[in-house]
Amino acid sequence: MFYRETGQFKTSYAADQQIFPIRQDRIGIVLLLAFAFLALPLFASNYWFNAILIPFLIFALAALGLNILTGYAGQLSLGSAAFMAVGAYAAYNFQVRVDGMPVLLSFILAGMTAAGVGILFGLPSLRIKGFYLAVATLAAQFFIVWCLTKFPYLSNNSSSGVISVPNVEILGFKFDTPQSRYLLVLTIVSVLALLAKNMVRSTTGRAWMAVRDMDVAAEVIGIRLMRTKLLAFAVSSFYCGVAGALYAFCYLGSVEPDGFSLDLSFKILFMIIVGGVGSILGSFLGAAFILLLPIFLDIALPALSELLGLPFGSATVSHIQLMIFGALIMFFLIVEPHGLARLWQIGKEKLRLWPFPH
Amino acid sequence: MQFFFEVLIGGLLSGVMYSLVALGFVLIFKASGVFNFAQGAMVFFAALSLVGFMEHGAPLWLAFILAFVVMTLFGIATEKFVLRKMVNQPPIALFMATIGLSFFIDGFAPLLWGNEVRALDIGLVDEPIPWILDNWNMVISKFDLFAAGLALALVALLALFFQYTRIGRALRAVADDHQAALSIGIPLQHIWALVWAVAGFVALVAGMLWGSRNGVQFALTFTALKALPVLILGGFTSVPGAIVGGLIIGASEKLAEIYIPPVMAGWFGGNFGGIEGWFPYVMALLFLLVRPEGLFGEKHIDRV
Repeated sequence: MFYRETGQFKTSYAADQQIFPIRQDRIGIVLLLAFAFLALPLFASNYWFNAILIPFLIFALAALGLNILTGYAGQLSLGSAAFMAVGAYAAYNFQVRVDGMPVLLSFILAGMTAAGVGILFGLPSLRIKGFYLAVATLAAQFFIVWCLTKFPYLSNNSSSGVISVPNVEILGFKFDTPQSRYLLVLTIVSVLALLAKNMVRSTTGRAWMAVRDMDVAAEVIGIRLMRTKLLAFAVSSFYCGVAGALYAFCYLGSVEPDGFSLDLSFKILFMIIVGGVGSILGSFLGAAFILLLPIFLDIALPALSELLGLPFGSATVSHIQLMIFGALIMFFLIVEPHGLARLWQIGKEKLRLWPFPH
Repeated sequence: MQFFFEVLIGGLLSGVMYSLVALGFVLIFKASGVFNFAQGAMVFFAALSLVGFMEHGAPLWLAFILAFVVMTLFGIATEKFVLRKMVNQPPIALFMATIGLSFFIDGFAPLLWGNEVRALDIGLVDEPIPWILDNWNMVISKFDLFAAGLALALVALLALFFQYTRIGRALRAVADDHQAALSIGIPLQHIWALVWAVAGFVALVAGMLWGSRNGVQFALTFTALKALPVLILGGFTSVPGAIVGGLIIGASEKLAEIYIPPVMAGWFGGNFGGIEGWFPYVMALLFLLVRPEGLFGEKHIDRV
């Protein structure tokens, strides 16, 4: 009824190629952005900024990075947390070692450093694929975290590799309140998400998808495999690297190498499975879901235990959390392998016909 | 030189333990094409069940049988509720489902059997064999030697089982081609449940050995991470590959841990211990660049 494209004619190529071809979608996204940029900073509390909104955006960015690699280019990676670590430590080093380095520039350089490391660890993808590659990316995960712990230079000689980042300051404006940091993260994530959306609609993205669907066939129709795969690794690592830099600078303030463990990599992988493999929107939905679920369970499980009269210890709660996590992953893969993004799409299709489905 | 051999043999023996875990991966991968990331969690679950039954007063042999029954039931349940519903999905999706499965077990096992670290006594002590110590002045653990012997026996048993029994033949047929196996009347789903049970058995043996050495604790799940480089080195589809890969990884890892950090410390200064975590992976990775299908893996030819 409200969501119908009747009467919206595309009269130019530009109109045909817009990101949101339907007017209602355009209005929707403007409203959403307005809500995120204007309404939330006014009304949300510090807890919301620090515990939910900022980590949500950062994880969504990392998931976006992994989604480019796994969802679009079809190369499964279990090392995304390591590339976040590269980003975080690179940004820190650029900040500490170069006088007067602008923060945003150091974020970009951090992303590029991560991209370089990503290309290095993406090289095996030219020879191996599938499970072999997934295991090979674990090499990146363990090696990078080990390096950050063992080379004191990388953490400016702090003990056991812990770094405390300086405050973020851009053109004299100090980002010291949660609100301002939220707005900074939101701006960066919005810009990068827009870029990603356009990238996957372009020649590059189509080449990625061709490689994902069948790399031999892609090579036969003239796609250069090496370039395409390495580009996917580079872009994906760039996103993860920037996410890592934001993770250190705008979320935690001080990080250690062990914080970027295999668990974090799995968490990011779960985000794209639940959200939707091969979908930009899915990265955001998945990040929100995986982030909110433990918070929800933390509240729900003790309440449930009181209701049932069973005393749950904190260990029990964490075990049940693990079980629910695992079960949900299997559930999503069985019932809806394309994730929440697909559900959203189905909902939209239904809405187009509503209330007269025939 | 003597020290070198001591490290080498110690590495080879611990490599056998890696092979044991890797074997579980290979069995399931061969039969169903599923790369079962949950194998490490299964090792943990099996060891916990074993200890749990022993705490309730069962003797070792009975606890072993009971734990095997638990693992079999678990295998059947996995086949029925997860794998059967994911037929026709890409292998990568199945792989991710087993990551979910491993999380599930990580939560479920301690919930069932309790969380604390427990000792598992199977009547073996981790002490050097006096005869070797006297004659060659090398420290070779009795326990390691026994574990290695057990692992080799298990492999021989599995090889015979695969080669000469009816079920073993059916398993090989399924591994070769699902559709062809179905068309000559091999019940695919029974075979899958069976192979999960066999993998559970291997996990149980691995869990028993690892558990009695390091205590039954959550860290047992990380044995999977030790086994992965073994797999890519040996090839996913080869039982001998798992054994040889395990030996290579075990030996080189221990040697590297002894000889590389001092060299690095000489270059950069500082302490570079703990390279065990990544060294096998990097080694396997470099090896893959030369031989992408692994040591004994099948050569794969793509057709458009």
